Amino acid sequence: MKPSLAVIAVTLLAATGVRAEGDAVSPEAVVFGERGNVEESLTGQPGNPEAGAEVMTTKASGNCIACHQVTALESAQFLGTVGPSLDGVADRWSEAELRGIVANAKMAFPDSMMPAFYKTTGFIRPGNAFTGKAPDGPLPPLLTGQQIEDVVAYLMTLRAQ
Amino acid sequence: LSLAAAALAADEDPKLVVNGEIEMITRAPAPEHVPNFSEVTSGWLYRTEETQALQMDDFENPGMLNVEQAIADFNAPAGPEGQSCSTCHESPDVLRGVRATYPKWDEEHKEVQTVEMQVNECVTERMKAEPWDYDGARMVNMSALIASVSRGMPVNVAIDGPVAPTWEKGKELYYTRFGQLELSCANCHEDHYGDMIRADHLSQGQINGFPAYRLQNAGLVSVHNRFKGCVRDTRAETFAVGSPEFVAIELYLASRGNGLSVEGPSVRH
Ligand code: HEC
Ligand code: HEC
Ligand code: HEC
Repeated sequence: MKPSLAVIAVTLLAATGVRAEGDAVSPEAVVFGERGNVEESLTGQPGNPEAGAEVMTTKASGNCIACHQVTALESAQFLGTVGPSLDGVADRWSEAELRGIVANAKMAFPDSMMPAFYKTTGFIRPGNAFTGKAPDGPLPPLLTGQQIEDVVAYLMTLRAQ
Repeated sequence: LSLAAAALAADEDPKLVVNGEIEMITRAPAPEHVPNFSEVTSGWLYRTEETQALQMDDFENPGMLNVEQAIADFNAPAGPEGQSCSTCHESPDVLRGVRATYPKWDEEHKEVQTVEMQVNECVTERMKAEPWDYDGARMVNMSALIASVSRGMPVNVAIDGPVAPTWEKGKELYYTRFGQLELSCANCHEDHYGDMIRADHLSQGQINGFPAYRLQNAGLVSVHNRFKGCVRDTRAETFAVGSPEFVAIELYLASRGNGLSVEGPSVRH
């Protein structure tokens, strides 16, 4: 069977490491609003909150709890105190705002310590993950578009009531 | 902040006295050139009571075994003339005070020298022997010996005169946000000391305790090796041990700890 053009395109993008398979919007193409909000889903697919919680608590993945406390995630242990608690975060921010904060928090909070999870360029001495060595090629974003949608879906469950 | 507060609550103001006689200054008024701090604090204060205790007694401090190895090396002849360190420096004790003032300017070589660079100057130019690996066991042990004889003395590193450009460079690097995580030394050690980053209690990242015996590595770690680890953790390409960048950061950081006691070899988790 002949591969379709779309499959070829996705494979090419994956090879450059810039966009993971299935992501509709590449990191370079994300449109941020004035408050750092991102209205459009990065994949067009709904996020999975359970997968999002997994990303947030996994060291080699999002590792959000290195800096944030979330009461519902306390079983993961050793939650950091560098950032604010994310309890009730969905009462404070809209889905589009949360997507923007996770994709690139510096758009909402200039000079924030929070890393940009959907960004691939503009770094000083970027390395190949945690090896301390120079990267072999273009850097993938820290999280895929779908992982960001999953995290946002989980954050949307964090309400006071 | 709650966890950090709990960790400190164990003993609000623990005192570090080694062997019941060397009183360490673990809190000091911040030097004028560190405007963002009111007080500088030793990394020892941020460790658990068990880890703290290991540094209070030389029989418990595993780093003191490395110091003993270095004492043997201090007297071991090397090079064509069979000289040892003790040929020129009678005993390690005569090097008391050295650690507190390094890195410092070397007029002959017109460069900022770390203790390791100075030792290699003696090894290669005076003893005419092969240079020691900057981060090798022999060098780290010797650096621990040289620190140990200065324990308790306040760090007093010069930042003016010929070292000033290197100091400025170190300061610039300290505030540079490296790597894919875009984190500077200051993000963790200036803005968030006292906080927990995952299971780690962040200190001010002072270097008065180096070299440090790290329990998780079961070995003595040089200060540049520690820098490498921290830069690597920002998902950055690190600088090399002994590089001009790390020498500059070392000078800058040492000066941020002016007033704290030399503690090396310290014990860390
Ligand atoms: C290295 C530290 C760090 C990491 C890792 C981190 N954050 Fe943050 N985050 C912060 C800080 C600091 C803030 C506060 C914003 C500022 O800088 O003013 C913040 C703010 C936020 C906010 C806004 C909270 C509010 O109530 O205002 C959200 C939501 C958030 N982070 C989610 C995440 C998620 C999801 C992840 C992982 C995918 C993550 N963070 C990883 C440090 C971090
Ligand atoms: C992502 C957070 C982070 C960043 C960025 C970071 N460090 Fe660290 N650093 C740590 C942690 C965690 C430790 C271990 C606990 C402690 O002592 O703070 C540590 C420890 C240290 C120590 C040992 C302190 C002691 O008393 O044992 C030094 C020195 C140090 N860092 C220097 C640096 C320098 C220099 C930089 C920048 C080039 C840097 N760090 C960047 C997290 C960081
Ligand atoms: C042949 C003589 C000689 C030998 C052998 C020698 N040194 Fe030196 N050392 C000197 C002289 C002279 C100086 C001062 C010159 C200078 O500061 O550059 C010095 C300076 C030093 C200093 C710095 C002192 C200060 O106040 O700044 C240290 C540390 C040191 N030596 C360690 C060692 C060690 C360790 C060894 C053996 C591995 C060693 N030296 C072998 C002659 C020697």
